[in-house]
Amino acid sequence: MKQSMFKIAENSALTSNVFKMKLIGDVSDITRSGQFINIKLDGLYLRRPISVFDRDDESVTIIYKVVGHGTEQMSKMQVGEELDVLTGLGNGYNTSLCKEHAVLLGGGVGVPPLYMLAKTLIKEGKKVSVVLGFNTKDEVFCEEDFKKLGADVKVTTVDGSYGIKGFVTDALPENFDHFFTCGPEPMLKAVYKATNTSGQMSFEERMGCGFGACMGCSCKTLTGYKRICKDGPVMLKEEILWED
Amino acid sequence: MGRLNVNLCGIELDNPIIPASGTFGYGYEYADLYDINILGTFSFKGTTKDPRFGNPTPRIAECYSGMINAVGLQNPGVEKVISEELPKLKECFDKKVMANVGGFSVDEYVYTAKKLDKEEQVGWIEVNISCPNVHGGGIAFGTCPDNAALITKAVKEAVSKPVIVKLSPNVTDIVAIAKAVEEAGADAISLINTMLGMRIDLRTRKPVIANKMGGFSGPAIFPVALRMVYQVAHAVNIPVIGMGGVSSAEDVIEMMLAGATAVQVGAANLVDPYVCKDIIEKLPQVMDKYNINNLNEIIGGVK
Repeated sequence: MKQSMFKIAENSALTSNVFKMKLIGDVSDITRSGQFINIKLDGLYLRRPISVFDRDDESVTIIYKVVGHGTEQMSKMQVGEELDVLTGLGNGYNTSLCKEHAVLLGGGVGVPPLYMLAKTLIKEGKKVSVVLGFNTKDEVFCEEDFKKLGADVKVTTVDGSYGIKGFVTDALPENFDHFFTCGPEPMLKAVYKATNTSGQMSFEERMGCGFGACMGCSCKTLTGYKRICKDGPVMLKEEILWED
Repeated sequence: MGRLNVNLCGIELDNPIIPASGTFGYGYEYADLYDINILGTFSFKGTTKDPRFGNPTPRIAECYSGMINAVGLQNPGVEKVISEELPKLKECFDKKVMANVGGFSVDEYVYTAKKLDKEEQVGWIEVNISCPNVHGGGIAFGTCPDNAALITKAVKEAVSKPVIVKLSPNVTDIVAIAKAVEEAGADAISLINTMLGMRIDLRTRKPVIANKMGGFSGPAIFPVALRMVYQVAHAVNIPVIGMGGVSSAEDVIEMMLAGATAVQVGAANLVDPYVCKDIIEKLPQVMDKYNINNLNEIIGGVK
């Protein structure tokens, strides 16, 4: 983990409430897809944990949805402004668990962390199928980004206004050996039931610190208590314990 | 002796800065960030007799200048703390650590305190009778002078190391509780634990915290904490450790002027993991600014 200042190089709207922000700074601690950064904002006490969409040698890009005061404030920030950011948080996805063909299933703002993952898997010579799920056509983002990487991309919408009508589980490809997913918990549960391969799921929880100190985001797993921020956010399918 | 040194129940601290229990794990998470030997000491995660998962999530809610937590004493239990956490801590921390003990009955407090007392790494036992997040324990002992005294006496009789009793601010008369634990044999008092608080999510019309309420901490509670430290420090003859919203070197000096011998830093660690290091580095220059040669000269300076 590292704490440092980042400069905003881009902050643009992808949909009516989803934004893409590029931050320039020290990204050396971001080592895996599926990790997150934790952003301090003026006047707000707790940092905002946001998953990493992509990184290069000098910048990290995030995609976030405006859901509260913090993300609303972020959406109004200008290029050139600076942010205090903790980087290199969370375990991230382990791509070595996929042999040949990965399916990536993202729901809403669960889509962004799959981008750097897809890039990594493709670089490793693996076949990548992506299913992006949204409620409706106006909410769709990032479809082109995944296509440009050379992934096989399908989009589902709940109301059928774009792509395949239904949920990500209605568009599962054949013959994959491992899945990676991120999205709302009902979607994760559906993916868990609809798949019979191994896989990895990224979870979300209200966090205090984001680096394992406060026990604010603990969960029970089949392999013991885990902190979503530090031992997760990515969990193996085999260790997940659904509580209700 | 340096100008930051203070003495806490017979143990010399290089400086008065002590990360508070529950915000610093068992230390080693922070050792990845900086050398934690620069700290006065730290109080480790509240430890109970048996392992505990704690409360359901969400356990965290944000507030203006602070946060609410309802973790509920998640910890691996005293046996594992001794067999796994303390050895890991030993690799990165050479000083005596403050062992924070929670419980649900007098026997449990005594059991846990006794075990930790035998550990060479432990310098003090901090008895948490003020956790607002567990039922039938913690705060139930800290809101009544007789119960507070009962726990204090029982732990004090069972251990050899200095006993610090951590008090709750959620009481009508903090001085009465402080006097009761002093009389029962406490070697020091730490205060304040978190204040009971609540937030409601307007979209769901439900409490943000699964446990409905939780402990409110952060800069917002600093004035309340300072007031209570002042009241208690002037009413007892044992050292007081001040805490509650402390986030800067200036806050530390204010706490000491109010009567604190040492100062704990809690929520601030979660937002700025380097805050204790920054405070320790800035203390000398803030002392210079306010013409303070040695911290010991200001303890309880405000009458």
